[in-house]
Amino acid sequence: MPALSRRQALTTAAALATAAAGVAAAPATATPARAHHDPHSPASFDEVYRGRRIQGRPATGAHAHHGTGYTVLIDGVELHLMRNADGTWISVVSHYDPVPTPRAAARAAVDELQGAALLPFPAN
Amino acid sequence: MTVRKNQAALTSDEKRRFTDALLELKRTGRYDAFVTTHNAFILGDTDHGERTGHRSPSFLPWHRRFLLAFERALQEVDPSVALPYWDWTADRSPRSSLWAPDFLGGTGRALDGRVMDGPFATGTGKWQITVRVDGRTFLRRSLGTAVRELPTRAEVESVLAMPTYDMAPWNSASDGFRNHLEGWRGPNLHNRVHVWVGGHMATGASPNDPVFWLHHAYVDKLWAQWQRRHPGSGYLPVAGTPDVVDLHETMKPWNDTRPADLLDHTPHYTFDTD
Repeated sequence: MPALSRRQALTTAAALATAAAGVAAAPATATPARAHHDPHSPASFDEVYRGRRIQGRPATGAHAHHGTGYTVLIDGVELHLMRNADGTWISVVSHYDPVPTPRAAARAAVDELQGAALLPFPAN
Repeated sequence: MTVRKNQAALTSDEKRRFTDALLELKRTGRYDAFVTTHNAFILGDTDHGERTGHRSPSFLPWHRRFLLAFERALQEVDPSVALPYWDWTADRSPRSSLWAPDFLGGTGRALDGRVMDGPFATGTGKWQITVRVDGRTFLRRSLGTAVRELPTRAEVESVLAMPTYDMAPWNSASDGFRNHLEGWRGPNLHNRVHVWVGGHMATGASPNDPVFWLHHAYVDKLWAQWQRRHPGSGYLPVAGTPDVVDLHETMKPWNDTRPADLLDHTPHYTFDTD
């Protein structure tokens, strides 16, 4: 295989920063200006779904990965989330199956995990 | 010359050589490097930012190049091996020979999705999932659960009939052949197959399941079919598109190949049937 791409290096660095410093460090991909004031960002949520705590909130600082502008946590561990151009959402554990909201993506992830612990991304 | 065959037509010996080569790449760690690369692009490709491997025009040449690299790695283990393809419009049942114990093994058990038979079942000790997003280290599948039906031939035909390769905004919102084949729009071909298989195939680390390569070998074959039907249509965009790989721009992570270099598959391999 070829050497690590810049993209891989970035995502790995972001994961290391997240793992090492919790929510304190800001990875290179953060976009704070958009993250703080994205008018299209869905509202926050916080619930227990199938025995697990799922939380979502507009992203700030360390959690504003890839300009998504929104952070989802499952039992406190961040789920990598992405927003599609049509406003639908996918996550790294359900990446080919868009759902309407971040909460739906969080619930789909809990279903998919079947009780397993999420690892900080990207785990490799 | 490498000939990519329909998986349904493989002999027992061809199946054994293919799965043995996969296990050898896994043993040496080369396999997992491919999973890592795919997951990195899945995480990094965004509709309004840089996009290369997915949700963009280069989805097809990127995966063609990715499969070529993987096939060459297999052939370093066993020069007789070629990537087979899975025509999921024809072999559309969990009872297909694709999922038999002498090939890829079957669906996962209901309790936890764990694949229990075949060469890639966790019980063999030869297929630990190391590049992963959660704590589970066993291969998982749930064939036909999250979505009931695989795409039909008629649905494939409707997409092959589209004369334009891709269109602005060159992402998951695009009209045109590429995005309909990828599945973000329309009847949903490629994406739906990932969802139908379930387990690892539904995640960013989908190459953890060896069926990834057979699925993408067929998506790649559909691109070749489309080219033959539309000889006057070429890869788009041609130049000057921010965040998108134009016809003559090199693609990451290789940085040595342009879509223009990959439009013709025949220097690299042919198919058993057109």
